[in-house]
Amino acid sequence: MKHPGMINIVSDTSNEIFEWSERNFSKVKIVIEKYPAGKQQSAVIPILDLAQRQNNGWLNRSAIEKVSETLSMSFIRVMEVVSFYSMFNLEPVGKNFIQICRTTPCWLRGSNKLLDVVKEVTGCNLGETSEDKKFTLVEVECLGACCNSPMVQINDDYYEDLNEDNFRKVLLKLKNNENINKGSQSGRRGSSPEKN
Amino acid sequence: MLKEEDKIFKNLYGKEDWGLKGAYKRGIWSNTNAILARGNDYIIEEIKKSELRGRGGAGFPTGLKWSFMPKNSGKPHYLVVNADESEPGTCKDREILRNDPHLLLEGCLVSGFAMHAHNCYIYIRGEYYNEALNLQKAIDEAYEAKLLGKDACGSGWDFNIYLHRGAGAYICGEETALLESLEGKKGQPRLKPPFPAESGLYGFPTTVNNVESIAVAPTILRKGAKWFANLGNPKNTGTKIFSISGHVNNPCNVEEEMGIPLKELIETHAGGVIGGWDNLLAIIPGGASVPLIPKSICDTVKMDFDNLLKVQSGLGTAAVIVMNKSTDIIESITRLSNFYKHESCGQCTPCREGTGWMYRIMKKMIDGSVQLEDIDKLDDVTRQIEGHTICALGDAAAWPIQGLIRHFKPEIERRIAEFNKKKEVA
Amino acid sequence: MPFITIDNQEIEFEDGMTVMQACELAGVEIPRFCYHDRLSIAGNCRMCLVEMDKSPKPIASCAMPATEGMKIKTNTDSIKRARKGIMEFLLINHPLDCPICDQGGECDLQDQALHYGLDRSRYEENKRAVKNKYMGPLVGTIMTRCIHCTRCVRFSTEIAGVDDLGLLGRGENAEITTYLEKAIESELSGNVIDLCPVGALTNKPYAFKARPWELNKTESVDIFDAMGSSIRIDTLGKKTLRVLPRLNEEINEEWISDKSRFAIDGLSKERIDIPYIKRNGKLISTEWDEVLNRITQEISKHGKENTLALSGKFTDIETLFATKYFVQSLGSNFFDCRYDNAQFIENQRSSYLFNSSIQEIDNAEVILLVGTNPRWEASVLNARIRKSYINNDCKIGLIGKKIDLTYEYSHLSDNIEHLNDLLNDRSPFSELLKNSKKSLMIIGNSAINFRDGKEVLNVCSEIAKKYNISTNNFNGFNVLQQDISKAGAIDIGFYNNDFAQNFDQKIKDHISKFNPVVFLLSCDEINHSILEGAFIVYLGHHGDVLAQLANVVLPTPAYTEKSSTYVNMEGRVLQTTRCYHPLGESKEEWKIFRSLSNNFSQKLRFNNLSELRNEISNLFPVFKEINNLPSSSKLDFGSATKIENRVLEYNIKNFYMTDVISRASITMANCSREILNKVA
Ligand SMILES: Cc1cc2nc3c(=O)[nH]c(=O)nc-3n(C[C@H](O)[C@H](O)[C@H](O)COP(=O)(O)O)c2cc1C
Ligand code: SF4
Ligand code: FES
Repeated sequence: MKHPGMINIVSDTSNEIFEWSERNFSKVKIVIEKYPAGKQQSAVIPILDLAQRQNNGWLNRSAIEKVSETLSMSFIRVMEVVSFYSMFNLEPVGKNFIQICRTTPCWLRGSNKLLDVVKEVTGCNLGETSEDKKFTLVEVECLGACCNSPMVQINDDYYEDLNEDNFRKVLLKLKNNENINKGSQSGRRGSSPEKN
Repeated sequence: MLKEEDKIFKNLYGKEDWGLKGAYKRGIWSNTNAILARGNDYIIEEIKKSELRGRGGAGFPTGLKWSFMPKNSGKPHYLVVNADESEPGTCKDREILRNDPHLLLEGCLVSGFAMHAHNCYIYIRGEYYNEALNLQKAIDEAYEAKLLGKDACGSGWDFNIYLHRGAGAYICGEETALLESLEGKKGQPRLKPPFPAESGLYGFPTTVNNVESIAVAPTILRKGAKWFANLGNPKNTGTKIFSISGHVNNPCNVEEEMGIPLKELIETHAGGVIGGWDNLLAIIPGGASVPLIPKSICDTVKMDFDNLLKVQSGLGTAAVIVMNKSTDIIESITRLSNFYKHESCGQCTPCREGTGWMYRIMKKMIDGSVQLEDIDKLDDVTRQIEGHTICALGDAAAWPIQGLIRHFKPEIERRIAEFNKKKEVA
Repeated sequence: MPFITIDNQEIEFEDGMTVMQACELAGVEIPRFCYHDRLSIAGNCRMCLVEMDKSPKPIASCAMPATEGMKIKTNTDSIKRARKGIMEFLLINHPLDCPICDQGGECDLQDQALHYGLDRSRYEENKRAVKNKYMGPLVGTIMTRCIHCTRCVRFSTEIAGVDDLGLLGRGENAEITTYLEKAIESELSGNVIDLCPVGALTNKPYAFKARPWELNKTESVDIFDAMGSSIRIDTLGKKTLRVLPRLNEEINEEWISDKSRFAIDGLSKERIDIPYIKRNGKLISTEWDEVLNRITQEISKHGKENTLALSGKFTDIETLFATKYFVQSLGSNFFDCRYDNAQFIENQRSSYLFNSSIQEIDNAEVILLVGTNPRWEASVLNARIRKSYINNDCKIGLIGKKIDLTYEYSHLSDNIEHLNDLLNDRSPFSELLKNSKKSLMIIGNSAINFRDGKEVLNVCSEIAKKYNISTNNFNGFNVLQQDISKAGAIDIGFYNNDFAQNFDQKIKDHISKFNPVVFLLSCDEINHSILEGAFIVYLGHHGDVLAQLANVVLPTPAYTEKSSTYVNMEGRVLQTTRCYHPLGESKEEWKIFRSLSNNFSQKLRFNNLSELRNEISNLFPVFKEINNLPSSSKLDFGSATKIENRVLEYNIKNFYMTDVISRASITMANCSREILNKVA
């Protein structure tokens, strides 16, 4: 079982060359300006995030080296950062990157069952990407939404107050490219003490 | 129960407008200028008098911490807000960030000003993407309204706030790891001394505070230290957001008075334990890092730093994880052990090597496939880690297991016996 | 001075010390893995925990500043337990493969395990296996043994100045590697092997060659550059297996270059160990008597008084002295050490020495490099410049082609002409130099290996005086010699002023005029074409190109096979020590010349090494004292003349292949290919 964000090896097989898109290139500048002159290394996480977004959710060798060049950092220092933080993926991921929270608060409220549901709908085991490249499934540690547990994160969004039924619905809709509502699936407002 | 008028977080659930208009309505950014006009020392004194203790977990007196910042260092000073919220069970800062971001921003200005800082970074965990969007929007609004930037709020003090997103690492909540991360490195905690107030971000005087600690400051200054200090118990004052999760009928975040009895907290706000109070097994009262307490203690314990310390646990982040009798208590703690193994930064020996070892023993304890001596061995391993690491993650990994052994040793022994019996039969 | 109490013993310490250092003052040894004097403090191994009165938790003594009145306990039960605990953690995932580990017998982990280890393992889980990493031809890895102390990472980024090593991942998955497993691109990379407290980073060429206790260890001096670094040579029989640095604060601290460490396989390749003589265009092996007779005949035939001797990179004082007196006894004054055409000013020691001393680099505020690439000409010295750059924010300027020196510098110009600008206050560096309290000027070979070399020296000395680089009590005017033989050769006057300036042309003229016998003392780097018409007697240990051209080849010992005297770039007299007897029939040069002198009227008087050395120091008192830094001589030369417009190129084109030994070394050939992408 592996999580593409928890490996230490750069994928060097792809011949793709990463170049900043015009839009992102102008964003790079804005990000760097948040930090004092000469401290552009501070921008490495946000810049890697930009690169990963541009590169369909993962970082290949060329992207990593581009970021190094952009920030005048050595490859190894950028690679240290990439491999340290779990949100930087070193392997390609599916269109929907499903991160199931497995930590105690979510588990107490049935995250295990969600895992069964997601395996069933996507056909993926943990660490796998579905054949149609629609889904990649991983387990993650606490995402900080414990009062709305169990929950999962899919790409940038949280899906909360899940149970087997409403989660299956979410996944099926994704599979069929339908729109889904992010946030609480029980219709609760934030983490208010409403009955749900 | 905390009176409505004493609540600081009036839009905790996002029922109202989180933007600047809504903020004005709730009295945020109302006479900020006047607060600043009272001067740096006044602000720090007032926070000291309020006896506010840090809401990030360690409970260090906030006013005292601010007073460690040098007065005339001639160097840039930084305020860094810790919005990395990753302690399992904890999800309170998120509600401030997305539902009342101006409360935090005003707090940043007030506290930053008090500590002679012109610049503030808010380090938000990377997964809080939508929260970061709201917060950034709020920052933009505040600049637009001249509440931030040059001559912030007409105070004559220039003040900038920058949002910085992390990328998935619990350890970056540890304040020095956070600073490393903010400098564009791996989030590995620094050795202390030097402490951040002397040498923090980029080597300059820096104070790191939790979102909630900063967000409550303006209200304290408006309503007076006395008001805040009168809530709760001495040295454990004020209001606090509790995150109640696990086996309760209505899991929720709720702002309550410090020192509220645990049972009352759960019954009034979270709809009680699933299956009733008598169905309660144990509670982790302060986020994953503190030892659990069994029902017998939960019956009477009051929710504040000192009372929980007395029962060998802690208030931590006030994340109350409730476990009823349906819980496999060993697996519950094993999952936390897995968490710490996963999140150890790998820098220092005891944590890097010990967290994995503990997890592997714990995992076998779930079905009892260990020896009786292994309980003592595991306890021993936790003590080899505790107090010997660079940062408190090592302690945090050790304590939940110590709590388990302290209160549930018979359960572990029972599983071992059961496992051996099965083996004999087979 | 403040006081601290350590295990009930009160002791004075210096401000700025750590608790660990204070403990050492008190004679209390603190175990450690990650801490190293010369690296930044990581405090990650946690082995050095001690109790401090005001702290509820034990503290890492390596990282805690000592303060007045502190009370430290290092030997309480709880500390013993803590250390035992750390040891246990370090060992749970360690392979415990000491019997097959090259570090066996010199492993910190093994040593500490004896003190703090438990008698049996309580760890019943699977041990973690870590994939080995490729780090280049020099450093081997067995990464499962790594204890994550990060000494290697800190060394490469801090001392070597190359951001090549890092710790990837986190937690249990943390692992040391280079980016994409490429070779470490540093001339100092081998030092990580010494720094690694366990056997994770290993000496690749040495792998499985021997166990430390079988080796014969000889303390000696390195000869691959002109620093004269202190080394230890480990040998087994007549094989040099390993070279290690020895601590010498004044010269190499505790580092050596990769060439010093790894070129040694070249010592057993392409060796000449019997005399040869050329017949019909082919070198044929022969007997000593025959070659010596032949040489005698040739000398007489071509005119004794025309006999010429040229020294090379490794020529030691004994050889130089014996040669000089032999040649002089023939009535000739033709001998020289300017094979590289580098100029100096006769009888001015300060014109060819590193006058400030190497150690003074530590205190420099400004360093002006003129025509030198110290990274390749003296790698360890370059690391010292980097240290000054980091610690004192030392500002560095370079006149010469742009190169990567591992630190930032102002590139003043490619052209030597820039010296004129400095002299006339027109350089961007002028202001810096004026305001600096201590500046050094380091003049390299390429600045002075030209016909106007002396003028360059003169202008530089004027600059040194103008900017107070050289004052009454300090001389920051430095020439960085590339070869260990050079300063000594000049010291004993192994030169002929008639050959100064355009050396090649003048030697060529001499040879074509007299067709004399030419003794080449391993003078391999000379321009071959100028030797045409000479009867070449090559003395050396490697069958390099020149040996092929010779008429007679005489086998002489390599630096591991004889005890020799050298003068390093600072003017320090140093002595190497023989590790084993010369290979085959090789003979020390002075013995050869003494034998030859028997065939002529004037015999050389010395019968053994100590007589020879006595003779040398009688004539040249400098050689009376060994290892001492000479008192700094003043700059009393120099009056500026105009210097020519000339772009400075460095004469070392390949760090890994500079001399006969490194050119014969397969290890160096591998480095050259993998690190410099140069095919030999
Ligand atoms: C492993 C670890 C994780 C932490 N995570 C957080 C966190 O996510 N948020 C936070 O505010 N404090 C966290 N802390 C505590 C911080 O180090 C620091 O004490 C806190 O931000 C100070 O703020 P306060 O004084 O306002 O509480 C963490 C500490 C440790 C040791
Ligand atoms: S205790 Fe763990 S997280 Fe903290 S510094 Fe040590 S290895 Fe890193
Ligand atoms: S020597 Fe102090 S922690 Fe390693």
